[in-house]
Amino acid sequence: MTAGDKVLGDEVPGAEVLGDEVLVKISGLGKSFKRGAETIQVLDKLDLEIPRGDFLALMGPSGSGKSTLLNLIGGLDRPSEGSIEVGGERIDQLSGSRLAAWRARHIGLVFQFYNLMPVLTAQRNVELPLLLTRLSRAQRRQHAAVALDIVGLSQRSNHYPRQLSGGEQQRVGIARAIVADPTVLLCDEPTGDLDRKSGDEILDLLQALSREQGKTIVMVTHDHHAAERARRTLYLEKGQMSTEPAA
Amino acid sequence: MKYFYLVWSNLKRRKLRSLLTVLSILVAFMLFGYLSAIRQGFNQGISVAGANRLVVRHKVSLIQLLPESYQARMERIPGVNSAVHATWFGGIYQKPSNFFAQMPVQPERYLDMYPEYVLPAEQRAAWLATRSGAIAGKVLAERFGWKIGDRIPINATIWFKKDGGATWEFDLVGIYTGVEKNTDTSGFFFRYDFFEETRAQGSGLVGWYTVRISDPARAAETAAAIDEEFANSPAETKTEPEGAFIQGFANQIGNIGQIMMSIVAAVFFTILLVAGNTMAYSVRERTNELAVLKAIGFSDRKVLGLVLGESMLLTCLGGGLGLVLAWLLISLGDPTRGSLPVFFFPVREMIIGVGLVLGMGLIAGILPALRAQRLHIADALRR
Repeated sequence: MTAGDKVLGDEVPGAEVLGDEVLVKISGLGKSFKRGAETIQVLDKLDLEIPRGDFLALMGPSGSGKSTLLNLIGGLDRPSEGSIEVGGERIDQLSGSRLAAWRARHIGLVFQFYNLMPVLTAQRNVELPLLLTRLSRAQRRQHAAVALDIVGLSQRSNHYPRQLSGGEQQRVGIARAIVADPTVLLCDEPTGDLDRKSGDEILDLLQALSREQGKTIVMVTHDHHAAERARRTLYLEKGQMSTEPAA
Repeated sequence: MKYFYLVWSNLKRRKLRSLLTVLSILVAFMLFGYLSAIRQGFNQGISVAGANRLVVRHKVSLIQLLPESYQARMERIPGVNSAVHATWFGGIYQKPSNFFAQMPVQPERYLDMYPEYVLPAEQRAAWLATRSGAIAGKVLAERFGWKIGDRIPINATIWFKKDGGATWEFDLVGIYTGVEKNTDTSGFFFRYDFFEETRAQGSGLVGWYTVRISDPARAAETAAAIDEEFANSPAETKTEPEGAFIQGFANQIGNIGQIMMSIVAAVFFTILLVAGNTMAYSVRERTNELAVLKAIGFSDRKVLGLVLGESMLLTCLGGGLGLVLAWLLISLGDPTRGSLPVFFFPVREMIIGVGLVLGMGLIAGILPALRAQRLHIADALRR
């Protein structure tokens, strides 16, 4: 099965697999950047629906707006136009502080370069999102231990990032992303910095999170091999979304 | 407190840099504490000066003498309760570096004027009974290891004896203490009548007067009345509050307090730049990490607080240790071995020190913290 086989053509990408609740609804989304006197339109009147439990791969050439779209869905950036609803909430209308609180509750982020705190152990890194909750220290440690166990790193909880391989660091990154049980897991090229074997392990993990725990995952990738692990793949080019890669 | 380990871990990131910054802050605050104690030593007379006491000196300068006869005339002025005189003796004990103040005074009147000097009754009686008797303050006696019964020889530099001799010998009959911690107990007082009958020149002349007034609220009025009394006489007077007089006396060797505080201010300013630089670098080199914190849900305000907390922790560590170290050093004693009348870390300066620690933490951290607060997540993550 290829990435293209996973979706059926439709006006609103994702609508075809919506048998369930729509978790993310993007309407008329536009994002432009100013570079000197020039305005660069990265996303242009984009529509997208992502059902709960979906595992969506976003592909496209560099500069096509994949990461920008991911940032907008995750509330890390604000759209120039259009709306983004996640779980029925218009996140593009939230104030800065409410958006931060919303991210803490609903978004788990996995980065290409792991972005772990080098001064903290794996355990402490995973605990970071839990600092924003009302959990006690013991509860935080317990939750972090469970998350590390899920990613298979419970034996390395006291290791610092520099003492871990790239694959292990990315597992810690995933544990950090899932520890607060987010509504959506956003992965920005999670295997981009890893060798094939480590990359496969990470993809196995993401797939397991999708299938066994019903996590909604949006993954930006350049790698077709990685995209094949998703339930469906969408392509972004010149600010537009399509279900097929451009010729 | 749950964020403490995060702040602490960041400080440990560059251990050497943090250590050097903490040490530089430590030295600055240790200097502040130590110089505060020295300044207190120089200024103590001003801080304990009686509000109901005025000092009358010659209008031209302090070294010009006043007639002894002024005492009775002053006491007749309305508003004046009593007057007592003192004279600068300026002698040398063993060697010039053993400086301390020596003054001939009228024992009973002087002790009545300065109730903050506490002299046991039997020692007071002994002083009144011994013409060559003298009393020394506790600090002074400890400085030279004097005890009651000792004979103290002092070489005159101003007041020579009628027999041409320069060495005055005094019998130590009392050691006075202070009512309060900051009472000056570094003085040496001997009897005016002994001084008057022994000195070769200047008979009937005294250095200055201390006047107790009945109403401190009318001090200016009373001072004017005293100066008016002696206007157009060969020895016109200048009357001022005791605190101003002592300040003027201390200022003869320069405004020590101001000089010291200028040094401390310069040091603080430099250290502020050092601490600010440390924080700025610290934030700049982990822009990406701060963006990640924001991405996972830390609000702008929390990120601001984390950076400020780091800055505060840095200065609190250095400043706190510096103040404690200053206190310990001060506890070891006066570096001049008794030349300073008092030597302790004043509570007021301790509180100011703590305020400066917090202020330095805030100022050093505020710009990097604001920069971190304003960080745009998507842009910072791309770096």
